Amino acid sequence: MSRTTLHAWLLLTPALVLLFAFTHYPAVATFWHSLFSTPRANRPARWVGLDNYEALLDDPVFWQAFWNNAIYAGATIPLSIGIALAMALWVNSRIAGRGLLRMAYFTPTVLPMIAVANLWLFFFTPDYGLLDQITSALFGWGPTNWIGQTETALGAMIAVAVWKEAGFFMIFYLAALQAIPPSLYEAAAIEGASRWTVFRRVTLPLLGPTTLFILVNAVINGFRLVDHIIVMTRGGPNNATQLLLTYIYEVGFRFWDTAMAAALTLILLVILAAAAGFQFFVLGKRTYYR
Amino acid sequence: MSATVSAPAAAAPRFDAALQTLAAWLLGVVWIAPLLYAVWAAFHPSEYTTRFTLFAPLTLANFAAAWDAAPFARYFLNTFLLVTMILAAQFVLCTLAAFAFARSRFPGSSLLFGLVLVQLMVMPDILLVENYATMRRLGLVDTILAIGLPYMASAFGIFLLRQAFMQVPKELEEAARVEGCGTLGILLRVYVPLARPTYLAYGLTSVSFHWNNFLWPLVITNSVETRPLTVGLSVFASTDQGIDWAIISAATLMTSAPLLVGFLLFQRQFVQSFMRAGIR
Repeated sequence: MSRTTLHAWLLLTPALVLLFAFTHYPAVATFWHSLFSTPRANRPARWVGLDNYEALLDDPVFWQAFWNNAIYAGATIPLSIGIALAMALWVNSRIAGRGLLRMAYFTPTVLPMIAVANLWLFFFTPDYGLLDQITSALFGWGPTNWIGQTETALGAMIAVAVWKEAGFFMIFYLAALQAIPPSLYEAAAIEGASRWTVFRRVTLPLLGPTTLFILVNAVINGFRLVDHIIVMTRGGPNNATQLLLTYIYEVGFRFWDTAMAAALTLILLVILAAAAGFQFFVLGKRTYYR
Repeated sequence: MSATVSAPAAAAPRFDAALQTLAAWLLGVVWIAPLLYAVWAAFHPSEYTTRFTLFAPLTLANFAAAWDAAPFARYFLNTFLLVTMILAAQFVLCTLAAFAFARSRFPGSSLLFGLVLVQLMVMPDILLVENYATMRRLGLVDTILAIGLPYMASAFGIFLLRQAFMQVPKELEEAARVEGCGTLGILLRVYVPLARPTYLAYGLTSVSFHWNNFLWPLVITNSVETRPLTVGLSVFASTDQGIDWAIISAATLMTSAPLLVGFLLFQRQFVQSFMRAGIR
């Protein structure tokens, strides 16, 4: 082993030990433990093969969590990215009060999701909550139990997640927009290109790498960002806001069925791996990335 | 976004701009409304929680009530210890690892880097069940160390710092070597100072992430001595308070105040550090 190799390993070891202990080992152990039954008092775990997975496939709550999560991710990813891009374009232009606007957009990012959940809980309160006061004043709607009825609960959770995320993504777009050389815009102006053309042919392509980076984050958040759900609805009403991670939490730490929770975790890992593969091998080729 | 601008009408672009300004401000109001409302509810007596009159009396009683209702001083201390511990560990571990990945090619280095990047996708939050079992075997359940441990070797940090280190010109390193610097000396005197914007941007992201993190701390802690603010706040809001929005708002503002004030003070540096760090 050469000196540089030895040095490199010395530098890497502390980080790698922790990474393997808390990312790689648990990922593999999840798979292994999902093939056993949950150990209970005086009944140790025994090999059950794929029984846990079969039980999950027969579990209607799992399927509801699965489809809820598909809707949740499918809505929060494009909405938060689209709104973030609009915010960045506005704050980057010569708009009135851009400093204030940038602050307003970014503030949700620094607020703890738990704190945010409390505030939104009040907004969504039937009758005297702010949302009901506004909808009754504007449209004359009656009281709506936004997070207490199955039709609107998931939508309300999506709204909170988008509100929380968009300002964070805006910062990355803003950084990328300011890195675009002004000469490109001057050239486009000489050519007499319309604003829409400039946006589509100059700005958007140059934002490609940033969009990929933001997309990776948005996809992860589509499965990871559940703090507000645990506080606001606990997956209810009637599992209407149950997502994969909230279900893992419920099965693993309320029912203490660790084997079932392991099987659920593995399914989530497979979904994330597929998403990662898609992003790096399909999208990654189209955007040039340093 | 703007629709296609019809060229002949001179008024059209101005109208378009006005429309965009309006939309931008409308969005801004929606985005800031929860915070503004929390400020309103927290600083007024609870009978004004849903009555918005201009001359409602101001009060600090809600803050006092919230402060007395739960051990927030202890929660603040726990969160402060947690965030400091994680940040210090992340800076040391990620700096060392990023330096190795940026400057040396050795057999298997790209495979190892790939394994590190796995954590970008599979964050510790998702592996709660197994990590809880690990912590129990280590006897660390219900300790502040256990909250921080899974996050200390951060793939995001390693990735960012590696990007920053790779942009440092090789000549600087060689010059330092001629001056008699060892490997660690080069890292500390050449690489680290040049990567300062990255450290700032990463540090701010890390602090706000861990100040706000909830699910893993909720799972791994079960006593006042270890609970961070977020878990303390959720226990407080769900059990003790019923629905006294004034007191909940006060507690909410209290727990987010340090980050909020810090952000308002360093807003410019925050955004600029992101730009200079070239995170993308």
